[in-house]
Amino acid sequence: MTRLLASRLAQIAATLAILSFCAFALIALMPGDPIEVAIAGDPRLTSEDAQRLRALHGLDRPFHERYLAWAGGLVRGEFGYSRLFAQPVAALLGPALLSTLALAGSALLIALLLGVALGALAASRPRAAPGVDAIAVMGQAMPTFWLGILLIILFAVTLGWLPAGGAAEAGAGLTYLILPVATLAIAHLAAYARHSAASLEATLTEPWIRTARARGASEHVVLVRHAFPNAALPVLQIAALDAGALAGGALVTETVFARPGMGKLLYDAVMGNDTNLALVALLLVALVTMLATLGADLAQRLLDPRLRER
Amino acid sequence: MRLRLGLLLLGLLAVAAAAAPLVADALGHDPFAPDLLARFEPPSARHPLGTDDLGRDILTRLLYGARVSLAVGLAAALAAAFIGTAAGLVAAWRGGTADALVMRFADFMLALPALPLLVLLAAADPARIGLPGRGEAAGDVLRIVVILALFGWVGVARLARAAALATFSRDHVRAARALGASEGRILRRHVLPALLPPVAVATALAVAGAILAESTLSFLGLGISPPAPSWGNMLANAQELVFSAPWAAVWPGLAIMATVAACTLVADGLRRRGS
Repeated sequence: MTRLLASRLAQIAATLAILSFCAFALIALMPGDPIEVAIAGDPRLTSEDAQRLRALHGLDRPFHERYLAWAGGLVRGEFGYSRLFAQPVAALLGPALLSTLALAGSALLIALLLGVALGALAASRPRAAPGVDAIAVMGQAMPTFWLGILLIILFAVTLGWLPAGGAAEAGAGLTYLILPVATLAIAHLAAYARHSAASLEATLTEPWIRTARARGASEHVVLVRHAFPNAALPVLQIAALDAGALAGGALVTETVFARPGMGKLLYDAVMGNDTNLALVALLLVALVTMLATLGADLAQRLLDPRLRER
Repeated sequence: MRLRLGLLLLGLLAVAAAAAPLVADALGHDPFAPDLLARFEPPSARHPLGTDDLGRDILTRLLYGARVSLAVGLAAALAAAFIGTAAGLVAAWRGGTADALVMRFADFMLALPALPLLVLLAAADPARIGLPGRGEAAGDVLRIVVILALFGWVGVARLARAAALATFSRDHVRAARALGASEGRILRRHVLPALLPPVAVATALAVAGAILAESTLSFLGLGISPPAPSWGNMLANAQELVFSAPWAAVWPGLAIMATVAACTLVADGLRRRGS
């Protein structure tokens, strides 16, 4: 277990190192270096000034020197400054990360519960199966941002029950969370419904289920006590993948609902040419994604004794 | 049943995309020309689906958008299928270092958060390295196809590798090898045909994924730039219009959903036929 954890953490560190290099190289391709932006913003800036500024910020140094200086700073915990928000990057990341974790975590939980419930419905009531299947296919085919817009039109514009976006100052945070969580949960629910239905259907044909029925166990007991624990594993596997995907996948939902999370921070940084913030945010999202996947893997190991042996 | 339904839907969409100029002519609309006196018109006989914020007919833009969205989705998925099949086949055939390299790279891609990376990649400007820049229609399509293929090949490669490994250990391949068939002949005649069913399923799913990803990037303003219509960029400003013209937000999303659902149905149908 310890060795597994150590090797997985080493993998994560290596992945982050490679990603940081590739992303840093890529940013060099993005339109406009910071000095060009400064020149566009201030017509009095002369070319000597630009040169001086480039030298001051080290932009005239070769690529590998710039990368090493930047990556060294990250390792020492110096995340630099965000031009777009005029704040230290470190101060922006904490609240954004918390907001995303709250959104993605509650969405994952709701998607899992509702998805498995739908799957159980399809598996135990064959007449409901086509309906659940249709819901799942449509749910997976819907673009998240469109679903978000439709929910805004229905609940914020037409009915006026919920706010169309933004985040609460304090206190009434829950009403701002409902629509984004619903959007993200519906988008992810379909996969759980399909997989838990398939997994339960397969489990219900096993001999021990027949034995339980022959023993006179009620359908409810058969489903909950006998079929469920065995059918849960493939579903948990999907959840393990999803836990990681959600951290980054919340980007669209956060943008649609103007929620100040990691995804929105990254998107704003990319659109506003704030390269440092964009890079640090990307690395943090990647780290959270991989840690979430790792955590889900470990949880799965705890639940499934067969995996623990290896 | 699923396969037929999916193919029927896709066929209808393809016909609609092909008929875009005919519909535009019949209605007498130019999907690119703004008409500021006819903004936000509700559906009518003249504008069956209403008009958008620049007074352009939504139906004709939807049909022209179908051309862009379907072309991008198909091209990206085919490129991903080609790269993925080649990578998976080489990994299974050569084994050893080649296999480790391909699979490590695939694991690397799978471990990363796809959407943030797509956003970052799509924001890079290819004009800096001498390619057509952002905002030019042909350049936009090429850029998005390349980026989506870069992410799409991984799934295909894993499936193709698994299927190829299984096939290499089958008796008919070993028999062919014992009879002295060349490696090229074994790959072409015996292994490649066995890869087709799983690759077809993966490709159908890749089309669905590519269309969703393209629409998302275009919605975020990083994909196909206006005035060229794509289903995603038609929704980009629909969000600001939820109060004034909510119907403008409905149709492009429905089109995306129908297309992606059709691709999923085709993939499901192919998988069931295979097993």
